[in-house]
Amino acid sequence: MRRVVITGIGVISSIGLNQHEFLLALQTGRCGIGPIDCIDESQGQVRFKHAAQVRGFVPEALFPAKDLAFMDRFAQFALAAAQEAVTQSGVEWTRDLCENSAIVTGSCMGGRGAEEAGYWELFHNMRTRVHPLTIPLGMSNAGASHISMKYGIQGPAYTISTACASSAHAIGQAFWMVRSGIAPMAIAGGSEAPLFLGGLKAWEAMRVISKDTCRPFSADRSGMIVGEGGAMLLLEPLEVALARGARPLAEIVGFGMSSDASHITQPTPDGAARAMRSALRDAGLAPEQIGYINAHGTATEANDRTETAAIRSAFGKHADRLAVSSTKSMHGHTLGAAGALEAAASVLALQHGMLPPTINYTTPDLACDLDVIPNESRNVSVEACLSNSFAFGGLNAVLALKAFNNA
Amino acid sequence: MSETVQDRVVRVIGTTRRIPLENVRPDSTFEELGIDSLDRLNILFDLESEFDIEIDDEEAKKVTNVREMVAGISQLLAAKETASPES
Repeated sequence: MRRVVITGIGVISSIGLNQHEFLLALQTGRCGIGPIDCIDESQGQVRFKHAAQVRGFVPEALFPAKDLAFMDRFAQFALAAAQEAVTQSGVEWTRDLCENSAIVTGSCMGGRGAEEAGYWELFHNMRTRVHPLTIPLGMSNAGASHISMKYGIQGPAYTISTACASSAHAIGQAFWMVRSGIAPMAIAGGSEAPLFLGGLKAWEAMRVISKDTCRPFSADRSGMIVGEGGAMLLLEPLEVALARGARPLAEIVGFGMSSDASHITQPTPDGAARAMRSALRDAGLAPEQIGYINAHGTATEANDRTETAAIRSAFGKHADRLAVSSTKSMHGHTLGAAGALEAAASVLALQHGMLPPTINYTTPDLACDLDVIPNESRNVSVEACLSNSFAFGGLNAVLALKAFNNA
Repeated sequence: MSETVQDRVVRVIGTTRRIPLENVRPDSTFEELGIDSLDRLNILFDLESEFDIEIDDEEAKKVTNVREMVAGISQLLAAKETASPES
């Protein structure tokens, strides 16, 4: 089995339109949550008013107009993030790489924003037709397809939709393909653009959205904040990266998944703990080697309590020595992109010896009694970390990453 | 005879949770009725439609039995009445 390293990262988020801005925001604890201004309130009102919106993203500056017409916002995020990751990695797409490299993306809702716009015309404006691009814009695999077409990558390419764990499952699968030799290289991650009226109304009905902000693990937490964005990682075997003079940013060493087999929306500690143990086993890491966990940390009543219990179950006494944070407090819950954004945050944490904080934290909760790195990042280097993603439907995915050390 | 607020709440809870209405009594707790978090969402959704009101997330979390739900809804109905006395 080959060692797999990450040599490129791309990020589009409410706290930064590239990895450098994203890193700075994580270091300084900048919050990307604010009033929603992308909804036409004459079409309908949403009870909650805040989201983590991507601002300043100018797709026209990134893509030719003829390509842009074929991409919903979620696919634009996917391709923009992939472009940044590929550029950073410096990879040259040789014939062999093009023929066999993999692309695995995650998205929960895909291009439903484009679908909504089309169906709105049908239902409200008595149009008798929808736009011919409704299907290609709406399909959840559009991000993977556009990345494939951009670089001519012709190997395994597909999209995973496991709600809020989508892109963690995607990165895990891509990691396994590169580790086993099925693919010589992979682009993996996810994207989401859920800030359209129908999508927001659906979250409103779930009654899990905060009225003000996202306060993970805090006793006064009041729910999640929906966010948009995307992130992609470029994965390749260590020896290939070194041979071509690329700089490994971090190593990806394990992937674990599990299903709660319990309830369609209520998480169980057991399922999450099993996914963490499975990631550690896959990585060959002892629990004591983990110094940081990028938590799922949605700031809902149920998740944070359950995740704390799961971490205690998987790590025993070492749970009290772990630093755990939820970067969703800054970039919101980006659903199908969450696993990828948080994996990117974890890579940056390992690379720069900086543990990102859980911001907006006010009051300890006995049911969430972990060191959650309240409000301020720490300059601490850890050997290895986990990135947790737990989906509605009880589907869990955990990635294990290690600081790069060529020993 | 027209239904009281309590009758209507009981009807919505019983119908939504698919349990016999006679099992839903004023003192029944949601726990006793086997109502989980997702059932609660469905019930709140149907109660908002039944009474044409908006039930706040945080207020809804405090309600644990039928009597409290009836009281809460009565308050919201009174507030609605005050806001638009003509209707």
